[in-house]
Amino acid sequence: MSSAGTYLFYFFAALVLASSIAAVTSRRILRAAVYLLFALAGTAAFYFMVDYFFLAAVQLLVYAGGIVVLIIFSILLTSDIHEKMEKPAPLKVVASLALVLTSFGLIAFVISNFDFMPSGDAPTKLSMREVGKTLLSYSEGGYVLPFEVISIVLLAALAGAIVIAKRNPPAT
Amino acid sequence: MTGIPVEHLLIFSALMFFIGMYGFLTRKNLVTMLIGIELMLNAVNINLVVIDRFVYPKQTDGLFFAMFVIAVAAAEAAVAIAIFINLYRNIRSVDVEKVNEMKY
Repeated sequence: MSSAGTYLFYFFAALVLASSIAAVTSRRILRAAVYLLFALAGTAAFYFMVDYFFLAAVQLLVYAGGIVVLIIFSILLTSDIHEKMEKPAPLKVVASLALVLTSFGLIAFVISNFDFMPSGDAPTKLSMREVGKTLLSYSEGGYVLPFEVISIVLLAALAGAIVIAKRNPPAT
Repeated sequence: MTGIPVEHLLIFSALMFFIGMYGFLTRKNLVTMLIGIELMLNAVNINLVVIDRFVYPKQTDGLFFAMFVIAVAAAEAAVAIAIFINLYRNIRSVDVEKVNEMKY
């Protein structure tokens, strides 16, 4: 299990990183959205590998199925998909690369110097039933309060999106 | 899966985060900037799951945190895209350099 799973992880990591880079550098806007889809689906594969099946399903449904479709719709509504986007200014590219690489170097330095001590317990197998029970449990370790808060956030976002996107009556 | 050091997984998610940040900084179209933000949120999710699964395998909080982040990301994307569509209707563009018209 360990060797095949290890190779599979490195394969998917390379795939996800390559499609992330393509998503932020592609000059055709629709292709950028499709590369984002590959990056998100590769992440779902990673969740499958660590036995978080429910999270992988949510990732595929909400991210790959929902958000990417929303992004593609908005691209079709707001941009000319045949047109190539102009290249970013060289100064901007250099400044952003410098910032990003410095920050990444800092983070990588901290990660490689920090002494992670895995607790060594056997990983918990979490069934779908337990996920549902934990989400709605109000005893210790339950998540009913964040669950309710997130449902209010989603409702507010839904109403807000409709109000914002509604065609405004012409100002008199 | 168990043979992979935690550091590799965390560096993988950090790389993804900074790729998203690069996209957010260099792009001028609002929709492509949103793609950068989605990549960053996704990298955060991977980070939560990695710490959960590889450092404290007994706890399962990373799963729930990641699920709440996904829900917030969905809400954020819906509102952002509603704003883009309204903006396009008003100024015929989703380019950040033209959005300063919103100030007046």
